Amino acid sequence: MVSRKKDTLMAQTEKRQNHTQHIAAAWIFLAPAMAAIAVFFVVPVISAVVMSFTDFDIYALGNLSYVRFVGFSNYIRIFETPLFWTALKNTFYFVLVGGPLSVAVSLGMALMVSSKLAKFKPFFRTVYFLPVVTNLVAVSVVWRYLYHPAHGLLNLALSWVGITPIDWLGNPFAAMPAIIVMAVWKNFGYNMLIFIAGLQNIPDDLYEASHIDGANAWQQFIHVTLPMLTPTTVFVVMMTIIGYFQLFAEPYVMTQGGPMNSTMSIVLMMYEQGFRWWNMGFAAAIAFVLFAVILFFTLIQMAIQRRTEG
Amino acid sequence: MKRKIPMILLNAALSICAIIAITPILWMIAASFMVPGEASTFPPPFLPSRPSLEHYTVLIERLQIGRYFMNSFIISSAVTLISLLFNSMAGFAFAKYRFPGRDKLFRLLLGFMIIPAQVNMLPLFMMLKSFGLVNSYIGAIIPGLASVFGIFLMRQFIKAVPDSLIEAARMDGASDLRVYWSVMLPLCRPILFTLALFTFMGTWNDFMWPLIIMSDSARYTLPVAIANLMGEHALDLELMMAGSVITILPVFLLFLAFQRQYVRGIMVGGVKE
Repeated sequence: MVSRKKDTLMAQTEKRQNHTQHIAAAWIFLAPAMAAIAVFFVVPVISAVVMSFTDFDIYALGNLSYVRFVGFSNYIRIFETPLFWTALKNTFYFVLVGGPLSVAVSLGMALMVSSKLAKFKPFFRTVYFLPVVTNLVAVSVVWRYLYHPAHGLLNLALSWVGITPIDWLGNPFAAMPAIIVMAVWKNFGYNMLIFIAGLQNIPDDLYEASHIDGANAWQQFIHVTLPMLTPTTVFVVMMTIIGYFQLFAEPYVMTQGGPMNSTMSIVLMMYEQGFRWWNMGFAAAIAFVLFAVILFFTLIQMAIQRRTEG
Repeated sequence: MKRKIPMILLNAALSICAIIAITPILWMIAASFMVPGEASTFPPPFLPSRPSLEHYTVLIERLQIGRYFMNSFIISSAVTLISLLFNSMAGFAFAKYRFPGRDKLFRLLLGFMIIPAQVNMLPLFMMLKSFGLVNSYIGAIIPGLASVFGIFLMRQFIKAVPDSLIEAARMDGASDLRVYWSVMLPLCRPILFTLALFTFMGTWNDFMWPLIIMSDSARYTLPVAIANLMGEHALDLELMMAGSVITILPVFLLFLAFQRQYVRGIMVGGVKE
């Protein structure tokens, strides 16, 4: 009896030891990644909150004792700065026009490539994907020349259909549309692939059933394809919007935010305030306004997602 | 017969879209071989009349593009190797170990994905400045040491590996580290390769962080160098095209060579189940 009891006790102790060892091993595997994320992501993000309530500027950069807490005055100053409202408006323009346009082009191309009638599918898929793997800075340089008013390729193509030359990047009304067109060109291939995968997951019998019910292609698209694609679409829209709110390299390279600040984005303004003029407290506050906007959109998306999933 | 006209129309539309997608890239390549001023005539020519390597020579010999290329290569390779190790270790722990708070921690990590990188750039710059890491490779590498996306990708893949393989190795007396290194990593080869492609290409193409952390031109990465070159050589169209070709080419070739592995990453990371 006694020895049996001892055995189970020993087994239990051993089990507990194993369990502790098991947890210890897990943390050894987690340690490098978690330490890197904690030190170089979480700590800076928390510091950014603090920074946004200080007057951290070029003097503080030299001597930290110059930093003072200023409460909400950075945030108040942001909303009193006309350039911020311009940047916010431009960024929303880019996100709310460019985002849906990108997703629509991706979906359209996915439908075309997935069609039973399409030939050379792998070839087309690859070609459409090539702009995605180019470098954003390099293609911004290339498109700057494509948009050249006098000898750009785009105005040449437009002249064939009788449109007079447009100074794309020099005209405050044309510059943002020009950046949107380039962004759509650069990005549509990525979401197209996700949509193609989503389309493949729709069972064929749904189409057959609706065909028997007498639905035409358009009705099939509205009543079968779109509802079945909703989870994919919500995901794609969410990722596109988060990415597009961070518009930076295109205006930095192509327009420097001009002409007349018509392509100044929130991130470009944050970069200039923070790393050109070293108004880091002010820039941190701008970054948090951007975060708040992204968070707001993400929460809306998640609410939609929850509703569509039942 | 009825399907013939829609088929022709659809394939014609696909071809036109393909031409639109590829033209900027082809024109960049063609213009990079044109003699100075040739691409700025009207109408713009599509092919160089006298192909010339002049701009590539200038970039290599006078503008030190080789150095920027090496900077990009060193930073991208280091980030790829280190993050592959860190992410696969963490992904293994999340997939195959049970420890208190595991699911909460994982959800917290996923939540971090909505925080834009710009939020942490200002304090991170200050932190690295106080460590004396501005203008250093280490400073450029640090934000890429581990990534939530990478951990997520590894976890998804490792979850699908049967526990029996781990148990069998344990029976043979393999330690946790041994199981990870000799059992798990070899099984993960396909996803490791995919993640390596994503990480290398992503780091190569990254612009804002190297722009911030590298202020000494000798340490510029290719995208930063090209953006900077644009300021001085905006009128040298053909030269800028050659610089763009050099910046895009390595990533382009990687993609064309390993398309299948790259696309798998988008599917695993992108398709919601």
